[in-house]
Amino acid sequence: MLYNEPHPLETKVLTRRFGLENSASIDTYLATEGYQAFEKAAGMKPEQIIEEMKISNLRGRGGAGFPTGMKWSFVPRTSPKPKYIVVNADESEPGTCKDRLLMEYDPHQLIEGVLIAGLAVDAHAGYIYIRGEYRYLIEIVDKAIAEAYARGYLGKNIRGTGFDFELYTHTGAGAYECGEESALLESLEGKRGIPRIRPPFPAVSGAFQCPTVLNNVESYCAAPAIIRDGGAAFAALGIPKAGGTKLTCLTGHVNRPGVYELKLGFPVKTMIEEVGGGILDGKKLKAFIPGGSSCPVLTAAECEGLTMDYDAMAKAKSMLGSGGVVVMHEDTCMVKAALRIMRFYAHESCGWCIPCREGTAWLRKLLQRFHDGMGQRSDIALIGDLAKNMLGKTFCPLGDAAALPTISIVEKFYHEFEDHLNGKPCPYEEAGRLVTA
Amino acid sequence: MADLINLTIDGRAIQAAPGTLLIDAAKHAGIEVPAFCYYEGLTLAAACRMCLVEIEKAPKLMTACTQPVAEGMVVRTETPQVAAARKSMLEFLLSNHPLDCPVCDKGGECELQDMTFRYGAGESRFTEMKVHVDEKQWSPVVFFDNPRCILCYRCVRICNEGMGVGALGVVNRGVVSEIAPNEGDHLECDECGMCIDICPVGALTSGIYRYHTRPWEMEHVGTICTHCSNGCKTTLGVRNDEIIRGNNRDRSGINGEFLCIKGRYAFDFYNHPERLLAPRVRVNGKLEEVSWSKAIETVAAKFNEVRARHGKFGVIGSNHTTNEENYYLQKFARKVLGTGNIDHHRTGDVPALLDALSGKSGKLAGKLAIAADLYNKKAVLVIGADLALEQPFLSFQIRANYRHHQARAYVVTAQPVREDKYAVASVRVAAGGELDAVESLRDRLKAEPELVIVFGDAIKGEAVRRLVDFGESLGIPVQYVCLVDYSNSRGAVDMGLLPDAAGGLALPEILAAQDLDVLWVVGANPRPSGSGPFLVVQDLFLTETAQVADVVFPAASAYEKNGTVTNVCGEVQRLRRAVGAMGAKPDLEIMGLLAREMGVAAELGPWIPETVFAEIRLNVRGYDVPLPVLEMGGAAQTAALNGRVALDGRPELIRSAHENLFTSGTLGRYSKVLNSVVESHGNR
Repeated sequence: MLYNEPHPLETKVLTRRFGLENSASIDTYLATEGYQAFEKAAGMKPEQIIEEMKISNLRGRGGAGFPTGMKWSFVPRTSPKPKYIVVNADESEPGTCKDRLLMEYDPHQLIEGVLIAGLAVDAHAGYIYIRGEYRYLIEIVDKAIAEAYARGYLGKNIRGTGFDFELYTHTGAGAYECGEESALLESLEGKRGIPRIRPPFPAVSGAFQCPTVLNNVESYCAAPAIIRDGGAAFAALGIPKAGGTKLTCLTGHVNRPGVYELKLGFPVKTMIEEVGGGILDGKKLKAFIPGGSSCPVLTAAECEGLTMDYDAMAKAKSMLGSGGVVVMHEDTCMVKAALRIMRFYAHESCGWCIPCREGTAWLRKLLQRFHDGMGQRSDIALIGDLAKNMLGKTFCPLGDAAALPTISIVEKFYHEFEDHLNGKPCPYEEAGRLVTA
Repeated sequence: MADLINLTIDGRAIQAAPGTLLIDAAKHAGIEVPAFCYYEGLTLAAACRMCLVEIEKAPKLMTACTQPVAEGMVVRTETPQVAAARKSMLEFLLSNHPLDCPVCDKGGECELQDMTFRYGAGESRFTEMKVHVDEKQWSPVVFFDNPRCILCYRCVRICNEGMGVGALGVVNRGVVSEIAPNEGDHLECDECGMCIDICPVGALTSGIYRYHTRPWEMEHVGTICTHCSNGCKTTLGVRNDEIIRGNNRDRSGINGEFLCIKGRYAFDFYNHPERLLAPRVRVNGKLEEVSWSKAIETVAAKFNEVRARHGKFGVIGSNHTTNEENYYLQKFARKVLGTGNIDHHRTGDVPALLDALSGKSGKLAGKLAIAADLYNKKAVLVIGADLALEQPFLSFQIRANYRHHQARAYVVTAQPVREDKYAVASVRVAAGGELDAVESLRDRLKAEPELVIVFGDAIKGEAVRRLVDFGESLGIPVQYVCLVDYSNSRGAVDMGLLPDAAGGLALPEILAAQDLDVLWVVGANPRPSGSGPFLVVQDLFLTETAQVADVVFPAASAYEKNGTVTNVCGEVQRLRRAVGAMGAKPDLEIMGLLAREMGVAAELGPWIPETVFAEIRLNVRGYDVPLPVLEMGGAAQTAALNGRVALDGRPELIRSAHENLFTSGTLGRYSKVLNSVVESHGNR
């Protein structure tokens, strides 16, 4: 994937090496403060590392936004079992394409982040679980790992610190569900990728029933900067309760789509108008998905004064999610958008539990029929009803992820459903294709 | 015992042990929380979402099947929110479920039907096309109709966890997820049918039963399987005097939910076209069908004639006939025919074990184990038997014990066995090396709090005594199971189908004896060579033995008579007559009619099973078992020690046939099902 031109409003921390020549090579990495954070962390006590992570206010970048330092502190360091570091590189959320760039352009940053996590919880082995569709990335990451071994940044007694660490890549088989942490672990162990009953959480019983730190690629990639410059410096980049920067994948109807590293709390309007270069063809904004297709959709009015951070999004009854922003302009058919989203979830539902398995399939068929002009008025309520029946009742969050955008679209764009009634052809332009999958 | 936890369910104060799941706590309090995927004893799936309940302070509905009870927990199971959730789950389930209840085998005993009836969603809002997949046949006995499947994964789990086979898995994902055999298109497994039995809907159906009847048109007769020695209860579904299916419908009996292929399907020998329907007498060198009275007269006259001239009788009894029949037979032989030449095919050295254990007292004295002990005791040692194939229920018990109680299993066998998968130690030995191998485990066994030793025919005679000595030297409570082959092998020993200590001939000697006047074979197929004595055979089929007989009586099968049998662990259970036997009579009645014709009926007493059993209770040591237990369909263990058996060991006569899951002596040869499954083809 081609990396887009950077924008002046960006704050380049995790992406600062993007655009450098041979940015993925260890030489470039070492020439730009690479592995210094590891050397520093090796001299710190594990509690200090975790404390820095806590101070940084880094919240999980995979979508749930759980404080990363807190998560690391849950791992029982004294457990006699081996501990594992697992990287969730199963980036599959529609609209999200940031982890691939982090791995493609700066894989050593990820490796260093993993090493820091290893130091923090006394783990000596790690797995990078890369989604099956990212096959080409495995080569890049494997090459980086080989480089790190060759230069003594992985393996036994790393850089004379006495710390051992083995790192492996593991490829998924193409299931969105395996981005859910417990399903990822099942898949990593060679089983069918279905979620586990929790508790126990991975911090206590994760990979191979051992304590496991499991974070998103971006979360690990933030660790070197946090340790190198201090948690406080990282926290200061963002807003209270949410530190640092967030890689935002700006997609949809904007003139300059791309991945931009923005401070947390960045205004949505500025992001669309300035960073994204405004809406395509000078059209008006209709709807906005802030963090991947799992989030409730926001209207143009709701975007007024909204900022890109966890709490503001929660207040607007949506989520910051994974940073997969989808901008939809006035010609977008929201029924089609709902259908496109539901097609994805029906395709990706693992099938384990009833409401998600049957609900997504039913909604997909229903929305398809509705968009084709064969809907009835009662179907509109049924769509919302079925989504609500799924919400909060499924085994894992995949069901919620399918239900939330559907509910929000039915509620906020009810009239667009009405416009499809009575066999009328869809009065809007094709737009579903802009929701990438 | 740990302190009980207090919680409130639907306003009722309830106490439960720590770790109890909410769904179980509710059930014990009489509050139903519906569920499809939850099945006691299997791992949790939390897939069906039917058991969602309201728990105070929880942000959303929680699954009662995954939630352990907690102090002060307040739970509501009947709120409008919960009712709506249940209804919506059913609506989702039914969206792709075919509405073929009127032709579905499960109709009438279907959990999905019951739940829909109880919790609503009878009217569907689903107007899209349903997902359809054609029905598949996985084996002669297992059919799979995918659209009916609700994906509760019970079948996958029972096969994997319960049976230790793991023949089933899931393919595809989302709404087209499908249960599938791991072999691809067919099953290669135990063919036990547990997956069918445990299926809450009609997705998995039995090749034997499907489309034959509706459940409510059958009478259900709880009796005991007549194949191996485990003594599993099987409930026969009977319609119009025809056995339509076997299962373990009410999960009662020692086996609970368990049945193997034999218990579930292999009753089918009973109406094999080659069943004998009339007595036969040899006339001019040919066996010809005659009336019952003619056959009885012929044999009675011969018996009386030989008896009058003090001729020599030999009697061979059966491993399949009831205790009453065995008792009556040996009484007939000893009292009327005046002979001690009586024996049966001995398959395990029960007498040596009883003898070795007799006279012992104290806390650490060795005892016999019952089937439940294999599930409850902390450690099990298996010697010289592939339990999963030969004693499937005992194997199931030990596996469940490991899963539920982390029991430790030790295995000493010649070949790899299924128990190896979870055993803490597996030792491979050549024949004869078993006791040395057991000795090598001494230190580890000593560290166990208790032990059950299960041994096959590799340990017999003196070796049994040495094994019991070994058990005693461990200093822990040890219990024993001496494995035998058939449904009443144990009863045959207890009832005295063994030669008199003084001068009685054992089986091979009876067969070899040149001076025998009469050989009477009841329910056995010892294949005597050539023309010798006057041969009387009672059997279901014209076996090799019957073919050379002078008189053949058609006998009733175990499903056609009443009585009791004793299983491998010494547990007595009742056989109940399920169907009538056309032309054939129970062996007890045949013997009774002979006695009457011979004029010796008064000496032997009435040939009514209950009367004979009353006599057994008085005369056979250990058989004074409580009658109500038997009447209620339970199993009563014979007294732990049957006492010293005055018998010359003759361990060389003990030879197990090592029947596997797909063989069962003569009966197995006439079972269509056992011969139809792909796994049995190696037996031919």
